[in-house]
Amino acid sequence: MTDQTSGAAPPVATVSRHDPSILTNVLVYLGEVTVLLAQALKFIIRGRINARDLMQQMAFLGVNSVVIALLTSFSSGAVIALYFAQFLVQYGQQWLVGAVVSLAISRELAPVLTGVVVAARAGSAIAAEIGTMKVTEQIDALRALAVDPVEYLVPPRLIAGLIMLPLVCALADASGILGGYLVSVYLEGVPAGSFPLSIRQFLEPSDFMRGLIKTIFFGLIIVIVGCHQGLRTKGGATEVGRATTNSVVLSIVFIYIADFFLARILFLAS
Amino acid sequence: MTDSTEIHTENDGSERNAETSRIVMNDVRFSVPGKDILKGITLTAEPGEILSIMGMSGSGKTTLLHCIGGLTAATSGEIYVGDQQIVGMTEDQLNHVRERMGMVFQYSALFDSLTVFENVAFGLRRRRKLSEAKIREIVHDKLSVVGLPGIEKQYPSELSGGMAKRVGLARAIAMEPEILLYDEPTSGLDPVVASVVDELIMEMRDRLNVTSIVVSHNIKSILRVSDHIAMVHGGELQAHGTPDELRSCADPIVRQFIEGRPHGPIEVAHL
Repeated sequence: MTDQTSGAAPPVATVSRHDPSILTNVLVYLGEVTVLLAQALKFIIRGRINARDLMQQMAFLGVNSVVIALLTSFSSGAVIALYFAQFLVQYGQQWLVGAVVSLAISRELAPVLTGVVVAARAGSAIAAEIGTMKVTEQIDALRALAVDPVEYLVPPRLIAGLIMLPLVCALADASGILGGYLVSVYLEGVPAGSFPLSIRQFLEPSDFMRGLIKTIFFGLIIVIVGCHQGLRTKGGATEVGRATTNSVVLSIVFIYIADFFLARILFLAS
Repeated sequence: MTDSTEIHTENDGSERNAETSRIVMNDVRFSVPGKDILKGITLTAEPGEILSIMGMSGSGKTTLLHCIGGLTAATSGEIYVGDQQIVGMTEDQLNHVRERMGMVFQYSALFDSLTVFENVAFGLRRRRKLSEAKIREIVHDKLSVVGLPGIEKQYPSELSGGMAKRVGLARAIAMEPEILLYDEPTSGLDPVVASVVDELIMEMRDRLNVTSIVVSHNIKSILRVSDHIAMVHGGELQAHGTPDELRSCADPIVRQFIEGRPHGPIEVAHL
């Protein structure tokens, strides 16, 4: 946080004064996000979810993000196939391209790219929508109508995120592998039969399942970060823009951090 | 003055006593770091009356209204809504009190992703166990009361400022509140529409016997609709009385504000 009174302070003193402040801000942020998540889970457990709101959010978070997720994953699968097909052909191992592409897509690329795409598209929109509601007194109007804003806004989005991210990721898996297949077979001359054969030989259904499990956590991160940024918005249009940007940046950072630990837990522990 | 023991029937058939709509503020204070916004306001709104709170922009009147509605937590003091002291209540406890209140916001604060029907029905669907047919009937009735029947399918973005204000009022009265809080109900409206809103405020008092607190700096409107007027200046209660008493008040701050003179004891930083 900026200290408005510290303009003339020496740099060292400024650093020493600001370090605890940054740590405090991080702890406060994590505390607020945790409390928001706990509140949302409390309302979900009580079953106070409006089915219509949930369907709307599932469409918004999932269906509307499918096309961009498919394109991104298709492109990634195609490029990986391009690199590895040329490399493996040199060693006469081009039949492994299918396994390489599928492993990369199912374990890492499709889940992370789906998370990033949804964070950029839907997470930002969540923060912008709720932030606008905050600065136009719609959140106050909810409270004045005796409706808890967290209960109304967060649980439908959270459940939608938890359900739709894995579904979008499953489609992104298929799209990425299709991209890899087309490039391998039609551009790089990999035998058509060997691509699916190597997938069957080296991949298990659990590779895909564990990739999908990752996206459940990514969905949670995107929704909670977006809702939190929106609900803490103060001021006007500038602050809504700031909340939107923060939502995307924080979501992507948290997705990468979570991805590292989830990879260790889900793939390397077994 | 209306009979304070009068009984009214709500949507759900239950009865209410007008005594529960008295609002008593006792030494209400609100501070933010480095600034005292409210410096001990003591004021009472009697059941069924229209109490207007006027004052300069930044005087603390909207903050006071938000404290009454529980949207802002007073730093200290007491606010009684009926016999319930709301300062220090949890959000869940406040929600029970808010069910007896309706609030009209300065910029309407309609939910822009919902239609007019869904806006007016919002509280009914969330807080009342009513059939959809009954909700439709109430929404139609309330939109008729504010003079806007037949606009149920429109979205807030399709409404004029005056229409949005009236839809906001219809939403506020849908749950048959005992208390209505108005934040700048006529700001941004042309004089004709402002008069329509003024008449609606008086009609709500006369038809529903609600206690109304109106925050405004529209002197003409305040003098027209109010039973009592309080002037807040610098976070303190500057004056309190009937419209006639305020008109004849000798306090130079009150005089300058009512007469709208640029020069006087009220200093405006940018003049």
